[in-house]
This record gives sequence, C-alpha cells and structure tokens, in this order.
Amino acid sequence: MDLNTVWFLLVGVLIIGYALLDGFDLGVGSLFYVLGKTDKERKILINAIGPVWDGNEVWLLTGGGALFAAFPLVYASVFSGFYLAMMLVLFALIFRAVAVEYYFKVDTPGLQKLMGGLFFLGSFLPALLFGVAVGNVVYGIPLDAEQNYAGTFFGLLKPFALCFGIVGLFAFLLQGAAYAALKTEGDQQKRARDLSKNFAVILLVLWLIGGIYSKMAAPHLWENYQKLPLLYVLPLITLVSLILIPGWVRKNAYQKVFTASSIAFATMILTVAAGLYPNWVIATDPVKNLTIYNASSSPLTLKVMLIVALIGVPIVLLYTIYTYRVFRGKASPERNGY
Amino acid sequence: MDLTALSRLQFTITAIFHFFYVPLTLGLAVLIAYMEYKYWRTNDEVWDKMARFWTKLFAINFAVGVASGITMEFQFGTNWADYSRFVGDIFGAPLAAEGVFAFFLESTFIGLLLFGRDKISRGMRFLSAVLVAFGTNLSAFWIIAANSWQQTPAGYKLEGGRAILTSFKEAVFSPSTLPRFLHTLDGAYVTAAFFVMGISAYYLLRKKNVEIARPSLRVGIIFGLIFALLQIYFGDIHAKQVAVTQPAKLAAFEGLWETQEKAPLLILGWPDTKNEKNVFEIGVPGLLSYLAHGDVNQPVKGIKEFPREERPPILPTFLSFHLMVGLGILMALALLWAVVELIRGKIYNNRLLLKLLLYFIPLPYIANELGWITAEVGRQPWIVYGLLKTSDAVSKLDPGQLVLTNLLFIAVYLFLGGLMLYLMVRTVKTHNENALGVAEREVA
Repeated sequence: MDLNTVWFLLVGVLIIGYALLDGFDLGVGSLFYVLGKTDKERKILINAIGPVWDGNEVWLLTGGGALFAAFPLVYASVFSGFYLAMMLVLFALIFRAVAVEYYFKVDTPGLQKLMGGLFFLGSFLPALLFGVAVGNVVYGIPLDAEQNYAGTFFGLLKPFALCFGIVGLFAFLLQGAAYAALKTEGDQQKRARDLSKNFAVILLVLWLIGGIYSKMAAPHLWENYQKLPLLYVLPLITLVSLILIPGWVRKNAYQKVFTASSIAFATMILTVAAGLYPNWVIATDPVKNLTIYNASSSPLTLKVMLIVALIGVPIVLLYTIYTYRVFRGKASPERNGY
Repeated sequence: MDLTALSRLQFTITAIFHFFYVPLTLGLAVLIAYMEYKYWRTNDEVWDKMARFWTKLFAINFAVGVASGITMEFQFGTNWADYSRFVGDIFGAPLAAEGVFAFFLESTFIGLLLFGRDKISRGMRFLSAVLVAFGTNLSAFWIIAANSWQQTPAGYKLEGGRAILTSFKEAVFSPSTLPRFLHTLDGAYVTAAFFVMGISAYYLLRKKNVEIARPSLRVGIIFGLIFALLQIYFGDIHAKQVAVTQPAKLAAFEGLWETQEKAPLLILGWPDTKNEKNVFEIGVPGLLSYLAHGDVNQPVKGIKEFPREERPPILPTFLSFHLMVGLGILMALALLWAVVELIRGKIYNNRLLLKLLLYFIPLPYIANELGWITAEVGRQPWIVYGLLKTSDAVSKLDPGQLVLTNLLFIAVYLFLGGLMLYLMVRTVKTHNENALGVAEREVA
C-alpha cells in the first residue's frame, strides 16, 4: 500500500472517529427537545455529553488538520468552494460549544432557554450539513482550471446531496438516541430506546433507497465494487447492524445498540470511501478530479505525518478510553461541573 | 474594500477575538496546576479552594477560546485557498500535530478536571491539571511554529509553484520559532498573573474571600515578576532575530527611515509614510544599533532600503510595537512595586496598589493583541515572508458573501464576548470561598 493510500485511510479513520464520538453529541443535541421534555431532562442531556464533547470535537479539528497536511489541495478547494456552508457549520459549532459550557452558568431562565436553543441549532445544522457536503464531493462539483469551485451556493443543494444529508442526519440521530439510552433512566430512557429502534428502521430504508438512487445517479461510485465485489461486505455490515438494533432494544441491551449504531455509521462512511477511492473530490469534468495522488503533499510530509500519527493516535485512544471509564454510568441532572 | 481586505478583516477579527482568550488559558492553566500540586502535597484545603475558584474562571474563558479556535483553522481553507495550496505541504503538518498531541490532551483532561473532580483522586486531579497546562502550552508551540514559518520560512524548496518540505525539523524550528514562542508564552503568563492579582486585589479591597485572595495575590505577584523580568530578555532575543531575518519589519518597528550607524531607539515618535520621515521623534542615539547587533557602530537598515511595494504599513507597526513595549514597562514597574510591598508585608492594606492592580487587568490583554498586530502587520505585504504576497493567497470568493459573514462574525463575537464578560464578572462578584462542593451545587 502506498503512502497516499495510507493517508486516505488515516483521514478516513479521523472522520469516522469524529462521526462516532461527536456524532452522539450532535445527535443528542438534535434531539434536545424530543428527549428533554422537562428542565430536569434537558439538564441530564447536557451532563451526558458535558465532560466529553470537547474532546470529541477535536477529532474534527485533527481531521481538518490532517486533510490540510496530507491533501492540501483538497482542503483548499473544498473549504473555499463550500464557503457559505462551511461558515454555517462554523457558526453552529461556535454556538454549540458555548451553549454546552454555559448552560449551567447562566442565571436567568431566559438565557438558559437561549443556550438550549443554540445547543439544538448548533447540533442539528452540522448533523444535516456534513452529509450534504459529502454528497456534493462524491457526486461531482464544477471545478475551474485553478481547482476552484465554479458553482453557486444553491448549486450545492442538489437532490443527490440533500439525500446524503438526510441519510447522514438519521445516522447522527440514531447515534444520539443510542447514547442517550445509555445515559438516561425511566421515561426519558424509554423515549430514547423507542427512538433508537425507529431511527434504525428509517436509516435501514434510507440506506437501501440511497444505494439504489446512487447506482442510477452516480454509477462512478460503484466502479470499485465491480472490480472488487468483496467490498460489498461493507454496506452489508451496515444492513446487518441496523437489522439487529430493534431486537437488542427489546432486550434493553443498550450497550449493544450503541455498538451496532457505531458499526453501522462507520461502515456507511467506509462504503462511500470505498466507492470514492482513489479520488477525494469528483469534478464534473473527470479530468479535474482531485485524487489522493494529484492533490497530496510530498512523500516526505506524508512520512513525517505518519510518524506523528503512529505516536500520537494510540496515546489519544488510551486516555480517551480512560475518561469514558471515569464518566461511565447515568448522567445526573445536577450541576456537577463548573 | 476589495476581496483581500475583506478576507484580512475576517481573519483579523477572528484572531483578535481568539487571542483574547488564549493567553489567559495558557498562563492560568500553569497556575492552577501549581495550586493542585500544593493541595496534593500539603492537603491544605486553602489550595483546594483556590484551585476550584480559578478553575471556575478558567472554564468560562476556555469555552470561548475553543469555540473561536475552530474558526481559525477552517479559515485557512475557506478564505486563503491559494495560501493553503502554496504552503499545505509544510503548514498543515504542525496544525495536525497540534491536534494529535495537544488539543486532544487539553480538551480531554479539562473535561476530567471540570466534571470529574469528585470522581478522581487528588493526585489524578493534579496530573489532569498538569496535562491541561502541558496540552495548552504545547498547542501554542505548534501554532507558533506554523506562524513562524510564515515569518521566516525554512526547510523547504520551491517546486511547481508550491513550497515543498525538505526538512521537518528546520521548518518547525525556523529561525523565529523559539524567540516567538518564548515571547508569546511569556506574555501569556504575565496576563494570567495580572488576572489573578487583579481579582485577588478586588477581594482584598472588598474584604471578601480573603482566605483565597491573599495566597492568590502572592502567587500572582511572584509568577508575574519572574515572567515580566524574563520578558525583557525574551523580547530582546526576538527583536535581535527580527533585525537579522526581517529587517524591513524591524525598521518599521522603530520608524527608522535611513540606514545608519548609531541608529537611535525611539521612545516617542510619529512616522509619516508619505514624506518618508518622522513628524517628530525622541530617541536614544545608538541604542537601536546596540540592541539589534550588540554594537553601536553597526548600521541598522532603514525603511528606504526596501522598495515601496515591499514595505509593511509603517505607522500601525510602529505604534503597536511602541505601545506594546510601553505597556510592558508599565506592568513591570507595577510588579516591582507590588513585590516591594509584599516583602514589606504591607500589600494587603495598600489600597492604592490594590486598586492599581485591579485596573491593570486589561493591560496585558492589550499588549498581547498589539504584539500580534505588530507581528502580522509588520510582515505585510507578505503572507509568507519573501515568498508569497497576501493578495496572491486569497480565495476567489464573492465579496458580497464576505461582507455578510464579516457582519455575522462581528455580531456573534460581540455577543459571545459580552456573555463571557458578564459570566466572569458575575462569578467573581458572587463567589463565596466557604460555600464549595456539594453546598455550592445545591445553591446553583
């Protein structure tokens, strides 16, 4: 395997890490009013993600940094091309950060309501927009001779991309509901478990429809699958994981539900990545595709960065697991932070 | 305003806003780690009370720092696409390393420190505080390494219109990396010292929370004095490096138009860019030559040596540099006075000094921002010194969109900054050192 492929996979790992971990934060936030009917329930939700959301978001920062380092031309084209959409995500993430951290600190009910609203919006928008962005990149966007995006903001809202957005949204919602079922009790947990079941079914249906739709609208995404049919294992794992969820929900096996949701989400991303490889961005004119070769950094940078990743990532995983162990168990409605 | 100006404005407001929070984070993290160390070793609950109080304020500050930090990283791609293409092979690596080595560390362990306090042992608390301090300071190193490469590019070759890495070590430790890292970090420590001193002084003036205010004031003064004095040395190293590596910038710092021996160090002055001279100046002859090169007879290059289109904006660079230095001197004097009073044992009753310390809280903040403006404006018109002009680096965006997002950024930052300040002030005003732990939770 060449270095460029290794880095395609490594950036993929960071994206998956983000999707699974901050995924449940965004999911919980998107379900803030559905799972948090009362003041007490909403406080439980904030506390459920309070200690860990910041570390989870670093997966995005590191993923962005890794993309910049390993594939700077992709980073430049995508980030500048999706300017307004990116700004929308940024504002959303800014608001979410402040809302989570300040939820218990603001003293008036009005301000706390505002923080709750910002938390919802700051979670829901990214959960929807990440999928739309991926949909555009894999479907194909117009690029000019300098690799700049040559379309408009509304050009990003094509049906194919919106379809990706909806599928992505439900993956985030499922991840959030499954996590909430782990961290809550009683009536709130019942709602979270019911939602997990429903979202799994909806996502299953959407995944199948999306698969068929993409076969028709974006056949280029399936070329690798024809060359190497073994790849069909990936979407198959997604399907099996989603099918298993309702049964585990009935048995109240929430740890398993969350694991299945995570596996489903991860294999969804891998399914798309397998179809995209060796491209990063599909251009309307295929000659201009940004690939892992023509958009990459030099071999030296890729090598140095690989050493950085091999040293750094295992350490990160170790202390991340440690923190989750410290914070295992149900979340309380009390202000237990600062 | 043209496209470049709009994108620069966007980056400027984001960076200024972000840099309002970062220095306190860097310095206060170290002080909190020290307090946790003392509590761990002595088991004296005063240290616990101190650590808890300052951690509370740290958290309020940290939240906005995190929120504005994401924007910084994304803007390289969104607003400076051609910059990203040009430097990606070099500049992305420190950013990614910052994420892997530093951001994960600080954000994971701050979660543990803020929410897990009662779930972990005293020793683990101390370790968490150390790791937060280490993570934040390490992240400062990586981002300054990246920014320093823009100032003094090294370890690269030009190939196909892009800078390509030839040595990671040389690129990360470019000639300006260490001087700039030490200077910036030191400024951050002084910021934290004044923050801690000012708030402690407020309590002493009000005769409230005296139990934590007294030792906090002591810690702040000693910490502040060490780093205010060190800053004279670090600032000098940094200026010497600028003299060698970025002579146009140094000339702008000092408003030096003509290349000359015995170049003067200006105490006051007002450069007139149009007529290429200073409207007035009061300086010490020869001192600039001495400081820059260690010899009064060494010539220092003047601004006129450089073609007009390669000169930084002189007046803003000159003013921000001189104001920064002036504030630095003022802060060092305040600290010397405080240390004298501390030794004489009269500081807790010296209301004038306590008031001064309280009102000095904003000074290091202003100095930090001025330092950043000096560094970045002084580098213009280059985004990468000598290699890439800022105007060639900007994304080809629709200016209308930029106007819109600039207005939104200003509105959002004003709101967040206001909210942060409100929470900070309210927390300080309502804090009661004797109502901690469970009791405090019930009140909240």
